[in-house]
Amino acid sequence: MTTAEMIISYAVWLALVVLCVSFLLTVWRVIKGPTLPDRVVALDMLTGIVIGFIALIAIRTGFTLYIDIAISLGLVGFLATVAFARFILSRGNREAPKGDMMKTLTASVPEPRRKSAARRPSGTGPAVRRKAKK
Amino acid sequence: MMDILLAAITAVLVLGGAGFALVAAIGLNRLPDLYTRMHAASKAGTVGSGLLLLAVGVHAGDLPTFARALAGFFFFVLTAPVSAHLLAMAAHKVGYPLYAESVRDEMKDYDKRI
Repeated sequence: MTTAEMIISYAVWLALVVLCVSFLLTVWRVIKGPTLPDRVVALDMLTGIVIGFIALIAIRTGFTLYIDIAISLGLVGFLATVAFARFILSRGNREAPKGDMMKTLTASVPEPRRKSAARRPSGTGPAVRRKAKK
Repeated sequence: MMDILLAAITAVLVLGGAGFALVAAIGLNRLPDLYTRMHAASKAGTVGSGLLLLAVGVHAGDLPTFARALAGFFFFVLTAPVSAHLLAMAAHKVGYPLYAESVRDEMKDYDKRI
């Protein structure tokens, strides 16, 4: 084993240990995170750490094809985060206590419009026409 | 001599990337609310994985691999702020509260201003 290989081997081992520790810390935030966006942020971070793991495996084994796998995993993680953001936006708030910010933000949102019940019998469907003949 | 220099650069990049990931994970656990946690995760975490990818490119030592690693690095650096901004805007719009001691909320009356 030459000196260069030894340097890289030790560095990769140390980096694997450090990445394991940070992976476990991030998993702890996913489990504990009090709200859904906290968990989404931690999952995004988890994707980044897994990309780091893939890069380290690429250095250890020498297969540079792993770079493409890392790029595609990053793409999937980005799309997942965007989809989660849309989901949070459409789901609304169910966890946070209703404070001042909640009032100012929901004040301008109109109520969903419902069909008025009075308009319904005056339709022109076949059942209504039959009733009118009688 | 040359390969020892290349190995040293790779080792520095690898250890730096892992250190940035560790800093991001510690920040994710120690910071008080969603928005500050997001600032730790999306900056330090992205730099961590990007440095590790660059280390793969330097270690391989040929130009196509290095170009692919560089492309991956730029891809992560470009997409991380977009996703973090989208998530922060969704969470703020829906009404997840800021940390109680934060001093400024510039998007407080965002709906009225636009």
